[in-house]
Amino acid sequence: MKKTIITVVGKDTVGIIAKVCTYLAENGINILDISQTIVQEYFNMMMIVDTAGASRPFGDMADELAVLGQEIGVVIKCQKEEIFDKMHRI
Amino acid sequence: MINLFEVAETNRMIEKENLDVRTITLGISLLDCIDSDLDKLREKIYQKIHDAAKDLVRTGEEISREFGIPIVNKRISVTPIALVGGTACRSAEDFVSIAETLDQVAKEVGVNFIGGYSALVSKGMTKADELLIRSIPQALAVTERVCSSVNLGSTRTGINMDAVKLMGEIIRETAERTSRQDSLGCAKLVVFCNAPDDNPFMAGAFHGVTETDSVINVGVSGPGVVKTALEQVRGENFEALCETIKKTAFKVTRVGQLVAKEASRLLNVPFGIVDLSLAPTPAVGDSVADILCEMGLEYAGAPGTTAALALLNDQVKKGGVMASSYVGGLSGAFIPVSEDQGMIDAVKAGALTLEKLEAMTCVCSVGLDMIAVPGDTKAAAISGIIADEMAIGMVNQKTTAVRLIPVIGKGVGETVEFGGLLGYAPIMPVNSFSCEKFINRGGRIPAPIHSFKN
Repeated sequence: MKKTIITVVGKDTVGIIAKVCTYLAENGINILDISQTIVQEYFNMMMIVDTAGASRPFGDMADELAVLGQEIGVVIKCQKEEIFDKMHRI
Repeated sequence: MINLFEVAETNRMIEKENLDVRTITLGISLLDCIDSDLDKLREKIYQKIHDAAKDLVRTGEEISREFGIPIVNKRISVTPIALVGGTACRSAEDFVSIAETLDQVAKEVGVNFIGGYSALVSKGMTKADELLIRSIPQALAVTERVCSSVNLGSTRTGINMDAVKLMGEIIRETAERTSRQDSLGCAKLVVFCNAPDDNPFMAGAFHGVTETDSVINVGVSGPGVVKTALEQVRGENFEALCETIKKTAFKVTRVGQLVAKEASRLLNVPFGIVDLSLAPTPAVGDSVADILCEMGLEYAGAPGTTAALALLNDQVKKGGVMASSYVGGLSGAFIPVSEDQGMIDAVKAGALTLEKLEAMTCVCSVGLDMIAVPGDTKAAAISGIIADEMAIGMVNQKTTAVRLIPVIGKGVGETVEFGGLLGYAPIMPVNSFSCEKFINRGGRIPAPIHSFKN
């Protein structure tokens, strides 16, 4: 399993989760966990995904999701899980 | 499992508080390049560095992308060139030709600095050491990316005052040779007491002879992260202050450790150390001086500054040490003037003087760093300032350094602009009383009594 954290931050609108999930499904990326909240009309979502079966290299996936984010008007970032794990767990 | 708030905290540090990995520095031993033929030596040096570092920049960018953390600099440090070039170089010009080779290969592999145009002369100078030192002004004038350092003293050996005297002259000469660029050459030249073998930060990085063939050392940063964390404990006591710094330093250093291990794996080069330094940049919100202000000082340099810095330095180490399996290099808070907006403001406000900076260096990790002084500062005065700083390092068994820039043609009140990470600085006054007779004595200052621990 290769865990990646996808964060989506931006102004709330219809279909953000749908569009991101569609991209992930089309590229063989399995979603393990989703948490989402709205803070002052701002959409905040974090997904934990498994990229072990992904059909795209990590860099391409990150770039394409960033472009998708621009289309929807949100910021989408992909980061390998270790950076959060190392920082917040001993 | 990681939660939304933890992810948001990490990303806020990166996006809003300037958390970054300041440098991945690849240390490369050039001892196996030694040759009595200068052309062959240069060829071997070029080849060895090129082969070892050809993937460094690309790998750094890849890691940066995977973890979403900026890795600002990718750099190289090499074995002190005085040792490598000793048998081949007959003149200062011969050494300069090696500097040109280093510059060329640095450009070729895409690193912004290459360190190790260095000599270790804490007790005495060999002929090669002296030739290299004398070649520094020209080497720094004709190259762009080469950084030079000279170790002038240590707790175990005392201070080589002949070399201190010589370096005062060399710093002046370097300033003159690069006077058209506001004496920029001096920003790439640092002198040390107790220089570490594994420092990843420029201008003082070199690959010590105690090191393996090649090694990855990483320098983290994050003054902005510490400053923001401290905003949450305004008015609280020192226990709360220290705990906050310690926890923040732990988090920052863990990122460095992760990046270092990943770089080591991808490049197939052993992991050396993480340097825990809080390294500022001229960017707003990336300042060590701002942390001191957040602790409760009006400006860096106000009474209490040395205590605040001592506390900061110690807590950064305490938090950082647990976060990394190997800690080394300079590890502490850097207090460069030109590279820290808060320091620049303090100088402009009249709060911070050279003498106060000297006091601060007693309790932090480096020394008098990136300080612009008047262009007419005498060589002996520079040597005197160096001797003072070396004495602090020698007696306190710590690394100290001096990176002064006598800006030719400019005086107190004027400003010098270096650009980029090197920033800009107001020119600071230097005590104008003479120390010439003291510096001219020659010889060396013996090691202090507490160095005899055997």
